[in-house]
Amino acid sequence: MTVDDEEVRHVASLARVDLDDEEVELFTEQFGDILEYFETLDDVPEVEREAELANVMRPDEVRESLSQEEALQNAPETEDGYFKGPKVS
Amino acid sequence: MSYNAFITEATIEPTDDGPLDGVTVAVKDNISTEGVRTTCGSAMLDDYVPPYDATVVERLKAAGATIVGKTNMDEFGMGTTTETSAFGATENPAAEGRVPGGSSGGSAAAVAAGEADAALGSDTGGSVRCPAAFCGVVGIKPTYGLVSRYGLVAYANSLEQIGPLAPTVEGAAAVLDAIAGPDPNDGTTREEGANSNYVDAADGDVGGLTVGVPTELLEGADERVRETFEAALDDLREQGATTEEVSLPSVETAVQAYYVIAMSEASSNLARFDGVRYGKSGGYDGNWNESFANAREEGFGEEVKRRILLGTYALSAGYHDKYYKQAQDARAWVKQDFDEAFETVDVLASPTMPVPPFELGESLDDPLQMYLADANTVPVNLANLPAISVPAGETNEGPVGLQLVGPAFEEETLIRAGSALA
Repeated sequence: MTVDDEEVRHVASLARVDLDDEEVELFTEQFGDILEYFETLDDVPEVEREAELANVMRPDEVRESLSQEEALQNAPETEDGYFKGPKVS
Repeated sequence: MSYNAFITEATIEPTDDGPLDGVTVAVKDNISTEGVRTTCGSAMLDDYVPPYDATVVERLKAAGATIVGKTNMDEFGMGTTTETSAFGATENPAAEGRVPGGSSGGSAAAVAAGEADAALGSDTGGSVRCPAAFCGVVGIKPTYGLVSRYGLVAYANSLEQIGPLAPTVEGAAAVLDAIAGPDPNDGTTREEGANSNYVDAADGDVGGLTVGVPTELLEGADERVRETFEAALDDLREQGATTEEVSLPSVETAVQAYYVIAMSEASSNLARFDGVRYGKSGGYDGNWNESFANAREEGFGEEVKRRILLGTYALSAGYHDKYYKQAQDARAWVKQDFDEAFETVDVLASPTMPVPPFELGESLDDPLQMYLADANTVPVNLANLPAISVPAGETNEGPVGLQLVGPAFEEETLIRAGSALA
């Protein structure tokens, strides 16, 4: 399994993580080995999966929640009681 | 001597009297504490102050415990040594110059150094048991659903549980009694553990107990670790337990399955760190995607980036079936293997870690070698089972832990058996 630097840059852009050139080089080298190790999953036999899971619901009722001030207290920047983000497009 | 066990020292007073009166507890820094910063060992969150308490923190305070600080950890729980923390490495108080294990290394070091009577860690693939083993203390990974994860900053939610660390099994059991049980804020919690009495199970009675020893989990172990483990098994036999070899062929692909699943879940969970609601801002010059990617380049360390990228890769178009789906098959296989083993034995025993504690800085360069060190702990998380690590003895490179694994919600059996050794 080999991975080239274009693939690393592509995955990084999908994941919204900028990388510098050194990181691209390092990850290109490491990902080949790690993905090759993951390939041994090809040998796993078919196993019947027991589905014993049930959804857990709660009533849709108004409950106490964080105040607007508390919800905003960790934001790097806010404006008029809103989170401030960069432009979307 | 400072081991850098804490990221933030604080005194959080109890809210009531209870069984943990006078007990000091250190809390891993990915567990939310209202008004006390919670960094996850990451520069991304170095000034993040939660507006609410995790359920486990509320329960500790209500049981009489005093919280003494937030402990160092691998960034977002991603590591086996506590060296990926943005706040520097923690040193192992039981083996100086060596790592305390990870990712809950600060919690184990605080307990081993006597800086807290007990601690909370979180265990996604061994992150309570590994540092417990390396620091010579006790650590419990509860059955999935026994302890609420509300307020735990998620890394891989289908795998992780909060668990206690303490110098003795009884001490860890007392903390587990305080935190176990259902929580309406975590839909994956179950009724089991509601009125638990784990402390009283710490009676050390192993008469008639059948201990299975999976050969696959011994094969790769360091010779000195193996000798220490065998001596601990002798000790259990002298106290009335019987041991027998068992085989768990599925564990051969457990590390691969664990990392595919954990990285995939991480790539989704860590998408919330966008530098807008919390975390480092990526600025306001470019568009959303550029700003987002910039915040994450600055805020995340190398191991976190590696796992987010590999998780994104494993889930991306054309690769999902190859990696993620096969990993889920491997997970089902592990679960089936354990179920079959528990038809003939009460608990399974292995060395917690196949190696003694690494020297500081020794293992950071090769991520794959680091992942392989988790071989004995990750199968337990894949199968949602409970496990305990107890001190088994020492090599000249540091402490060795013995891991006991039990059927789902049979924490009492593990506590009883573990207390025969610690």
